[in-house]
Amino acid sequence: MTDDMDRVFKALADASRRRLLDDLYREPGQTLGALASRLAMTRQAVSQHLAVLEAANLVATVKRGREKLHYLNPVPIHEVHARWIAKFERPRLDALAALKSRLEGDESNDPDDG
Amino acid sequence: MTLTMDKPTYVYVSYILTTPEKVWQAITDAQLSASFWHRSNVSDWQVGSTWTHGFKDKPADLIGKVLEADPPKRLVLTWASPANVDNPDRVSIVAFDIARMGEKVRLTMTHSELTPQGYKDVSEAWPAVLSNMKTLLETGGVIPDAFGGIHG
Repeated sequence: MTDDMDRVFKALADASRRRLLDDLYREPGQTLGALASRLAMTRQAVSQHLAVLEAANLVATVKRGREKLHYLNPVPIHEVHARWIAKFERPRLDALAALKSRLEGDESNDPDDG
Repeated sequence: MTLTMDKPTYVYVSYILTTPEKVWQAITDAQLSASFWHRSNVSDWQVGSTWTHGFKDKPADLIGKVLEADPPKRLVLTWASPANVDNPDRVSIVAFDIARMGEKVRLTMTHSELTPQGYKDVSEAWPAVLSNMKTLLETGGVIPDAFGGIHG
């Protein structure tokens, strides 16, 4: 199980990969080509990042005809959350996250479960 | 996924150190499903049968039909609130695919044909359900707080 979590943290430790996840959250089920053009990255770079994200189970894929559709899979992030956050200070952290996003006016900081 | 099915809205995957049979049982057994989902899944799980998802003796929160049942590999259900059960536009489809991967099981949950409101409603619930199921099957326990705020 430790290996699984290592892969999650390593996959998340890269700004381009986090951007890919953000984009899949905004629009689930994108193809490699769609992601590459939206994020102005080469297909090869996107493909390599997606492979890392898939190995960490942060991206799930579905084949539809010849296309491969990519989805953000938040289950491993939830496992991190359940292990280190939920059992301690959930209500207070939610309040802090809400305050931070209100003060900063930054929509990307909206708590997912707000 | 069948090729005719619309693009699924959500695809959630969990790798669980268990057997496909136990994952099937966790989803379909009334008592087990209640232990990690806080609601019981009740049906005879035959194709065409009704299934319900509800808290103890209270009226069901969700009702649907069993579209496919191939234990312990694949279960496909329609999914609607009781008020919308006869409104095709408000009935979504949930498929569980259970595959053995070495010593683990890969559980893939795809939720298709969701309305925008349904999209919002289920996005928060599924990761908690799947992560709680994993905890139950791997350790025999559940994390109570994993459901904070999801089912009220």
